[in-house]
Amino acid sequence: MKHTLAVEAATLGYDDRVVVQDMTLEIPQGRITTIVGANACGKSTLLRAMARLLRPSAGRVLLDGTPIDDLPSREVATILGLLPQTPISPEGIAVADLVGRGRYPHQGWFRRWTAEDDAAVEEALRTTDTLDLADRPVDELSGGQRQRVWIAMALAQQTDVLLLDEPTTFLDVAHQVEVLDLLTDLNRRRGTTVVMVLHDLNLAARYADHLVAIRAGHLYAQGTPAEVVTELMVEDVFGMTSRVITDPVSSTPLVLPVGRHHSGTATTGRAADDERAAPEAPLPADALR
Amino acid sequence: MTATVLERPAGATVAAGRRARSRRWRRVVVVLVVVLLAVLLLTLCVGERTYSPLDVLRVVLGQDVPGASFTVGDLRLPRALTGVLVGVAFGMGGVMFQTMLRNVLASPDVIGISAGSSAAAVVAITVFGLSGATLSVVAVASGIGVAGLIYALSWRRGVHGTRLILIGIAIGAMLDSVISYAISRAGIYDVNEAMRWLTGSLNSAFWPVVRPLALALLVLVPLATILSRRLGALQLGDDASTALGVPADRSRLALLVVAVALVSVGTAAAGPIAFVAFLAGPIAHRLVRGAGALLWPAALVGALLVLVGDFAGQHLLGLRFPVGVVTGVLGAPYLLWLLARSNRTGGSL
Repeated sequence: MKHTLAVEAATLGYDDRVVVQDMTLEIPQGRITTIVGANACGKSTLLRAMARLLRPSAGRVLLDGTPIDDLPSREVATILGLLPQTPISPEGIAVADLVGRGRYPHQGWFRRWTAEDDAAVEEALRTTDTLDLADRPVDELSGGQRQRVWIAMALAQQTDVLLLDEPTTFLDVAHQVEVLDLLTDLNRRRGTTVVMVLHDLNLAARYADHLVAIRAGHLYAQGTPAEVVTELMVEDVFGMTSRVITDPVSSTPLVLPVGRHHSGTATTGRAADDERAAPEAPLPADALR
Repeated sequence: MTATVLERPAGATVAAGRRARSRRWRRVVVVLVVVLLAVLLLTLCVGERTYSPLDVLRVVLGQDVPGASFTVGDLRLPRALTGVLVGVAFGMGGVMFQTMLRNVLASPDVIGISAGSSAAAVVAITVFGLSGATLSVVAVASGIGVAGLIYALSWRRGVHGTRLILIGIAIGAMLDSVISYAISRAGIYDVNEAMRWLTGSLNSAFWPVVRPLALALLVLVPLATILSRRLGALQLGDDASTALGVPADRSRLALLVVAVALVSVGTAAAGPIAFVAFLAGPIAHRLVRGAGALLWPAALVGALLVLVGDFAGQHLLGLRFPVGVVTGVLGAPYLLWLLARSNRTGGSL
């Protein structure tokens, strides 16, 4: 069964501070939706509201047409999973046990652990390529492994909708791509609806089916990356001059920032070639400390 | 090799590791229970007059043994049982606080909740001349009241561990000055009675103390056990907890009520036996090493700390010391070590 998630005329904020105003948004079913915007534009706040971590001060978030706050929390947790921005791993916990916590919503007050739970955990570990880490303490893992384990926990929850708040932070570029590929696999194989906030506009444009651009708490534009990512959008949403070309790898839009330095005339591809031909002397590693 | 892996049913790899961990957890619990029973028997046998384990068992089973029936049945047994029950209450309450607030320092005896019970009891004794059951009720109620006050003061868009700890320590310091003031104004006889509420001791642990304590734990321990599942979600952070269908603030409040009740009931029975609530969780954590939930191991460690501390205070140190002095001597260095070691705010379980 497919589930729907929508935001209806929602105003979101903390105490008296309004962060998102009158937002209406429908998340396309079975697609990957990516939310982008400048720092503090309200994109994480919007995701938090969709995950019922924040109650709208006006308007509502609808899961299958019902206001999400009216649904029992545990029931929602079987439909909607979340990878929070900074989850905490208890000291000494084994990977499989942490991932096993994703089974909570499927267990009642008295229902014991079942073979079904083991199978779900194992599948989540296999999908994220962390099965060989199953009995290791989470504390001992690298950042990239740890992020995959947290994603595995969200997968073990076996929800139809998966929300992720910057799943690629703290990861190097190879691991960023790995995580996004993993989410794409999940979406293609199981039809999981994925909604994520991403910092990197180019990765967002590459991996999104549907791109949502937020500016100062308002919906600026939404649609396919090709429709949304334009030089004008980058100027308006990020306050930055840029060139947008076609990504030679993925044929999606690729944003090339135009800063005050190293931009040459910035009208042709030649400037970039010149840069590559005469790179600056690399700084010694010590100079960066 | 690959073929054998493929033939295993789905989940077998995970199940094997999980079973190994739960076996280790059960082993820890069984060992703790056995050691606890041994220490219990020791405290019943040994004293100014030492009785054989057989005599002790006969007394426990209700037979009349000349001499032993009074010493063991009416003095040592209620004392030992109070020690076990109070230790369970402190151990459980402490580890619930520490886990829920994700900080070892968030123990009820560090953040002023035990001090709430003590201060109310001391004032009730020295100013209002209360005693007995009324006194216990006042102590429990004020422990809960102080916890509520700390919770309310640290509320800002939800409760955060560090803020609650700092506010708790400040409230604890204020309550300590209330205690000092009340003591300085009190008559010498009252001071004696009040001391029990300051150091914690099993000296007045007779059957009338055991019964209400056992009754309270009969309600609170199952509640804590049922709620402990929520601890497992809260440990992952508030957002992750809510995402798993365990709403953070609501669950924390329920856990807090049960944990405060446990600690206050324990304090009403034996005073704030120093650092038992604070030490039980970390010691249990060392023993269990991630193999399972800490609630029950911490309860057993708490009971052991109180029993061993009381035994040492009575028989091993030459002079007779109340149990709270012994556990205080054990706990204070650990607190110092914890503060010196941690570059942050104490570390979590």
